[in-house]
Amino acid sequence: MFEESNIVVGLEIGTSKICVVVGEQNAEGAVNIIGLGQSPSNGVRKGEICDSEKVESELRTAISEAEQMADVEIRSVYLGVTGSHIRGFNNRGKHPVVSADREISADDVQDVIKNAKAINLPAENTVVHAVRQHFCVDGQDGVTNPVGLLGARLEVDMHVIHGHANRLQNAIRLVRATQLEVNEIVFNGIASSLALLSSEQKELGALVIDIGGGTTEYVVYLDGVIRFSGVLAVGGDHVSNDLGHGLKVPLSRAEKLKRDYGSALVTEEAKGQTISLQNELGLTLKNVNHEHLQRIMSLRLEELFEVIGQELERAGLTDYLRAGVFLTGGGSRVPGIDKLAERVFQMNVTHGHAATVGGITTALDQPEWSTGIGLVKYGSLKNRQRAPKPSIASGLKSVVGRFLQRS
Amino acid sequence: MNTPEQTPLLAVAGKPVVKIFGVGNAGVTLLDAVNTPEFAGANFIAVNTDAASLGASTATVKFHLENKLFRGMGSGGDADRGRAMAEEQFSNLKSACEGANVVFILAGLGGGAGSGISPVLARAAREAGALVLAFVTLPFECEGNRREAQAQQAMDHLKSAADGVICLPSQKIFRLIDENTSLVETFRVTGGLLLEGLRGVWQLLERPGLIQVHFSDLCALVRDRHAENAFAFVEASGAGRAREVVDKILAHPLLDEGRALADSDAVLVSLSAGKDLTMAEINRVMDQVKRQCAHAQIIMGAAVDATLKDKLCVTLIAAKQSAEPTSVTPRAEGRPATATVSQHRETAASRPVTRPRRAGSKLVQTQLPLAIVSKGRFDKSEPTIHHGEDLDVPTYLRRGVAMN
Repeated sequence: MFEESNIVVGLEIGTSKICVVVGEQNAEGAVNIIGLGQSPSNGVRKGEICDSEKVESELRTAISEAEQMADVEIRSVYLGVTGSHIRGFNNRGKHPVVSADREISADDVQDVIKNAKAINLPAENTVVHAVRQHFCVDGQDGVTNPVGLLGARLEVDMHVIHGHANRLQNAIRLVRATQLEVNEIVFNGIASSLALLSSEQKELGALVIDIGGGTTEYVVYLDGVIRFSGVLAVGGDHVSNDLGHGLKVPLSRAEKLKRDYGSALVTEEAKGQTISLQNELGLTLKNVNHEHLQRIMSLRLEELFEVIGQELERAGLTDYLRAGVFLTGGGSRVPGIDKLAERVFQMNVTHGHAATVGGITTALDQPEWSTGIGLVKYGSLKNRQRAPKPSIASGLKSVVGRFLQRS
Repeated sequence: MNTPEQTPLLAVAGKPVVKIFGVGNAGVTLLDAVNTPEFAGANFIAVNTDAASLGASTATVKFHLENKLFRGMGSGGDADRGRAMAEEQFSNLKSACEGANVVFILAGLGGGAGSGISPVLARAAREAGALVLAFVTLPFECEGNRREAQAQQAMDHLKSAADGVICLPSQKIFRLIDENTSLVETFRVTGGLLLEGLRGVWQLLERPGLIQVHFSDLCALVRDRHAENAFAFVEASGAGRAREVVDKILAHPLLDEGRALADSDAVLVSLSAGKDLTMAEINRVMDQVKRQCAHAQIIMGAAVDATLKDKLCVTLIAAKQSAEPTSVTPRAEGRPATATVSQHRETAASRPVTRPRRAGSKLVQTQLPLAIVSKGRFDKSEPTIHHGEDLDVPTYLRRGVAMN
């Protein structure tokens, strides 16, 4: 009964599908993925819910699938959020050390973090994450733990990710409506990078690009901390839409063409070739130029990378990504996308692999699941941070409490 | 953008001579609202075809346009009649404008007098050697096709006749009012907004600027843009006033919550505050504005006015080249040649106009087929705008890669 607390569930309500990942955390804190559930998603556009009824029923399907597979009852989830309204930026908080001996205390640290969080956000926005990067004592950079050091001025750099409160709340409310508790909301980009990056890669500097159905998240880690993050509301849907428009085929057909014949680069074999589209009786409906198909896709994906590249350039991070670029998300399945990204970013590009957790290996190799897995990873890290294990009495209390809440 | 002989006039006078015209019923009402001590120094002239409205006005000079044929019945909501009467009195109108450096025209387009007279008046004022800036409202959509068409036509005429047109589509007011707002209140809000715009421009002219915005800057900005210019006037006071002002600008309904800024290609920002105006505040406001409209040409002015005490006022006028969604072709730098555009405008009168956003001249009409870019499944979702480019439109279309 008390093993419940070791179950960590990640939920991503994506544009193309809803993913539920169930992880089990052992006593050492390592995570094993024991269950997966998914359901195609029709009520989400560009990462944000536009038809809550549809999403709700699809969510129930995905949850029950995951429950069956993992043989657990899911009570609470870590919810992944995305959308064009989410933005990240770096902020610096300052605090003078006032104690007589100039020794920095834990209170000073609390204060400086509070200062860094007090930022100029539009009134309707709320902070999703405020991640501490490092401290700076009297101008000396790169201090990770200033408590006990001497100094007159303490500063801290934070990476703040914020989003539109109502739009974030929509997803949370919807999950609550299905009698699930939301432990925390997590930016999808952070979740994906947690799943993919090892601590060495974070140290060296890495860019994670998660190309989803409706949105693309990008996150830069450098010196072990998150440096840069953002969302672009362009994803696999846009590729299909471009194809539908350019080849004059319906969207469903475009989607299928993308999967069957797509490429991120125009290949030699495709030049001058046509693909004949057939109906269910085997009659040819239309011929589609293979080269055009690939060129349309290539242009779209190239632009996507270019936009991210420009953002990086502006942040001045391009030269620091020594571990290179990591691609993930369903959109990264397009053949040749690594070559294209290499060409745009001029650095090493790899397909991300969720190596930081164990368990069902088929899931770990699929780019679509990296966000879900990352959410579980995030949850497990939170669990580990949490104060000493609850005593049996309090554990019982919380379980009973939860039981009462649910009924 | 003004003709060379007009500039020295302004410079010599120090303070320009300003005449404010209210045209038509709506214009005259607005004029009365403007006629406050704040605008002392301006001459107020009411022009209307309706004697009753003129009688109630507080303007110093009243112009009653009448025609025996219509027996003092006014223009009867017909812009052509209004125009005919104004043309008849053209020389009188012109002499009324004589001596002014700047003429403001206040009017509500859509009716007979406002739509008919204001373009003629604008022409008269220009011929008299004044710079002309029109502040007009467009009718509510529910007022019917005819008024809309009339307003649109008048808008076209006005744009070619005046140095600049700042317009307020009444439809946008719906975002400001709630279900229970009375009709009177609604019109008061519309008038109030237009006045705020006028006040902003007035302050530009009247207050000594530390970072000067010339009237010609303003005219250069507002003229020749096919679509309406969006404007906002916000003020805030107290410690966090710079931030508050920025928030207000970004939430301003007339700027579409700041989206108008992203679409615009020229923005004029004028800040004024009391003696305690700091460079950091200016910087803060401008930083945010710049961030919103990375592509726009920005004209900035700052002025100190002791009477404002701790208030910070910002007037912002955003002009865009075309009302179409982000164009398919890359943006052309600079503005189209004036002469050709106005020629087109002269001939555009007979063109049937149906939609307010097709506000342009024939130039725009030729672009119509290009403007219909399918966004497919993203048609109804929030557009993904990155540096002024709509990323929902297929990349190959935006880059002009031919597929055939």
